[in-house]
Amino acid sequence: MKPSVVKAQPQDVLKDASMIKQKQMMAAHYDRLTQAPETGAKVASTFVPGNLNELIMCFDLVNNLPEVNAIQSGLRKQSGAYIMEAERAGHSEDVCTYVKSDIGMMMKGNIGPNGKKLPDPDVLLLSYTGCFTFLKWFELLREQYKCPTIFLQTPYMADGKVTPNMIQYMVKQLKEDVIPTLEQVSGVKFDIDRLREYLKKSAQAEDDLVYILQTGKNKPSPIDAYFGGIYYIGPIFGAFRGTDDAIEYYRFLREEVDERLAKGLGPVTPDGPMAEEKYRLVVEGPPNYTSFRQFWKMFYDEGATVVASSYTKVGGTYDFGFRHDPDRPLESLAEYCLGVYTNRSLPMRIDMLCNYINEYEADGLLINSIKSCNSFSAGQLLIMREVEKRTGKPAAFIETDLVDPRYFSAANVKNRLESYFQMVEQKRSGKGAAA
Amino acid sequence: MKTFVGIDLGSTTTKAVLLDEDETVLGRGITNSRSNYETACSVATEEAKIDARFTLFRREFGAAGTLGDQVEEFLGALERSFRLEQFLEQLTDLEETCTRLVRGERFEKIGEGVKAALAEVFRRLRAEAPAMYAPDADRKSDFFRDIAGSRYLALAEEVGRESGVPYDVLLNIYDKSIIAVENRPPSGSLDEKFKNALQRVSKEKTDAASVLGKKAEHALGIELEETYLVGTGYGRVTLPFSKEHIRSEILCHGLGAHMMYPKTRTVLDIGGQDTKGIQVDPRGIVENFQMNDRCAAGCGRYLGYIADEMNMGLHELGPLAMKSSKPARINSTCTVFAGAELRDRLALGEKREDILAGLHRAIILRAISILSRSGGVADQMTFTGGVAKNEAAVRELKKLIAENYGDVTININPDSIYTGALGGAEFARRAAEGRMEGLDA
Repeated sequence: MKPSVVKAQPQDVLKDASMIKQKQMMAAHYDRLTQAPETGAKVASTFVPGNLNELIMCFDLVNNLPEVNAIQSGLRKQSGAYIMEAERAGHSEDVCTYVKSDIGMMMKGNIGPNGKKLPDPDVLLLSYTGCFTFLKWFELLREQYKCPTIFLQTPYMADGKVTPNMIQYMVKQLKEDVIPTLEQVSGVKFDIDRLREYLKKSAQAEDDLVYILQTGKNKPSPIDAYFGGIYYIGPIFGAFRGTDDAIEYYRFLREEVDERLAKGLGPVTPDGPMAEEKYRLVVEGPPNYTSFRQFWKMFYDEGATVVASSYTKVGGTYDFGFRHDPDRPLESLAEYCLGVYTNRSLPMRIDMLCNYINEYEADGLLINSIKSCNSFSAGQLLIMREVEKRTGKPAAFIETDLVDPRYFSAANVKNRLESYFQMVEQKRSGKGAAA
Repeated sequence: MKTFVGIDLGSTTTKAVLLDEDETVLGRGITNSRSNYETACSVATEEAKIDARFTLFRREFGAAGTLGDQVEEFLGALERSFRLEQFLEQLTDLEETCTRLVRGERFEKIGEGVKAALAEVFRRLRAEAPAMYAPDADRKSDFFRDIAGSRYLALAEEVGRESGVPYDVLLNIYDKSIIAVENRPPSGSLDEKFKNALQRVSKEKTDAASVLGKKAEHALGIELEETYLVGTGYGRVTLPFSKEHIRSEILCHGLGAHMMYPKTRTVLDIGGQDTKGIQVDPRGIVENFQMNDRCAAGCGRYLGYIADEMNMGLHELGPLAMKSSKPARINSTCTVFAGAELRDRLALGEKREDILAGLHRAIILRAISILSRSGGVADQMTFTGGVAKNEAAVRELKKLIAENYGDVTININPDSIYTGALGGAEFARRAAEGRMEGLDA
């Protein structure tokens, strides 16, 4: 006797207006990228965490993000074949699957999600080193494209704070290395007032994003800050920060969320509005992209909403007050890089997660540990113990992968999640009941 | 009386436990999971109900007091008689199923002859059945398929020869029917079968038999009302249960272990395809858990595979490993690698017992890693699952726990295979309680 699996057809999938808008923006960006050879635009490849989109725009460069490409391949069920391709070329099974998906995609003609060939980069800009793999990744890309490579070194926040020294060190690199190289590659002279203008726009969108993410504090939460949150962070952590498009998108999204909030509604899932909020969770770690919908469904079917997540801080952390600042342009770029989630020490991450559990009145912490991502996974069991101890809330640990479909075992993940939800339930109701 | 049923649908076996309102176990039942969870579920439940009947008989007799040996004798006879009733009922089902198949073009000419032959085979089967359930009869299996199958084949050959009906026709009819019969949930009333069985036993007109028979009849009058049911285990989602009747196996194992040993703080369960480390609080509420994730290395099936590789029975592995004085150092818990390592070491002349001891140690090392991830081992620890029955695995576990966590009491219950079902039954009992309170208010 097999359970009948009802697979929703694409036209059945419900999306709210903001999600459609976000998709259109992403599509427009991919078109801009793939049309670069015709338009003559130059391309900078860079990573999501701590990216310098405002600076890149100052040189009329188009921003290409290999991780986002890998995510798109994962969502489109192509990453599996790309990863195998990269493994055939000699990359080990344990290497970051974003890297392998990207390398495999390159080997298969570098076709983007719009079905057109992605352009070769004119410059590689590595602005962040919280993830050591990034370094190796760009080493491979440099070998492939033989283009100028810039390495902006970001000190790790081992002591839990940003010192003036760190900022000076980074500003010096920006002035002496990053900006001159970008000028050379693009042929555009750097204009700091143009940067200030972009930063002003960034801050405006950032205010709305923070507002939106913090609506998770309401009961019920009008957003899912993990599965939904991934859509929300797309523009700000991608190629739109500093643009009018981003301002418009976050304003639009804010209104949409406010409307649900006013009506006391929960998040919109692919199967429609969430019925009842039974569990409020904080999630640590990236999601799985190859079975994204199936993974999400395991939550909303059980009435679980993610009210806060660390992954939505992976590009940069705004909820403790940081905003891009036109009055301190280079300094605030440095601060942005320093503040990204994985550049924070373990004690800082623990503080953040405890803070989320308390402020968002969550029922517990769920860690999705990614097999091929050491920068997230190292120390996660310790984090879990400590958060449990400090908050008294139950935690659970599941293991999947970013874009390697071989490491998503649906039955096991579902089994764990159900156990966890029931454990939360038992702890909640068991307080008074006799054993 | 009110009863509460917990069912654990495992990958290999399905277990059921029946609890009463005082949280006492009335009965336990187990069956192979087959490919049909629904049937497995009702067979296990029925077995638990049968077991519960015997508990009730004992309670009833206990009130009378002094009959001692005669009680055991009586109950033994009653059980055999009851099993005979069950057997006859399934035999009737098998006969009807077989006979129904005799139709269509193929049987146009020989149909009547085949029907007559079938009737004769089943007549003889029925006639020899009581002997199969005699006090000192040796039955190789308790499964209907095994008992009925071998005798059917023998009798069909005999009858076929006598009547001129080809043996392969009779064989073919049987093969088609037995699967259907086996996968049909048990039918017929349990009480009816108990009454028939009781009548047969009471025919022996001893004083004890008539006293006990009357009491048993009285006990039979107690209705076993299935008040609430909770399912757990791998097959739970395939059951026609609504959500509130399903609990996760983690919670059920935690609670079940707590009920068996209330001082349990850590539970280790090594089953066929997963290993669980569970931490529970003083009330049996789960605090944390870890399970093997992407791979079932080091689970029960590992030993099954090794047994096959060595051409041994699963239950023989432990005793042989116990003979080792110098366990081999084997690190891999990958089942496939372990097979290769095993052959390699045998070829190098290492002793079978030493290799086996090493393999048992490897399993437990993996379990220790899962336990430490779940938060370590606290006193007391309860070890459950099929592997808990393996003495060599238990020895390694005790050694490694002592090395890593010091003096910890390790509980292993002879009924540990029912831990999940027991927890489920208690959840059922509590759910029903909650519901009743709700109704009162």
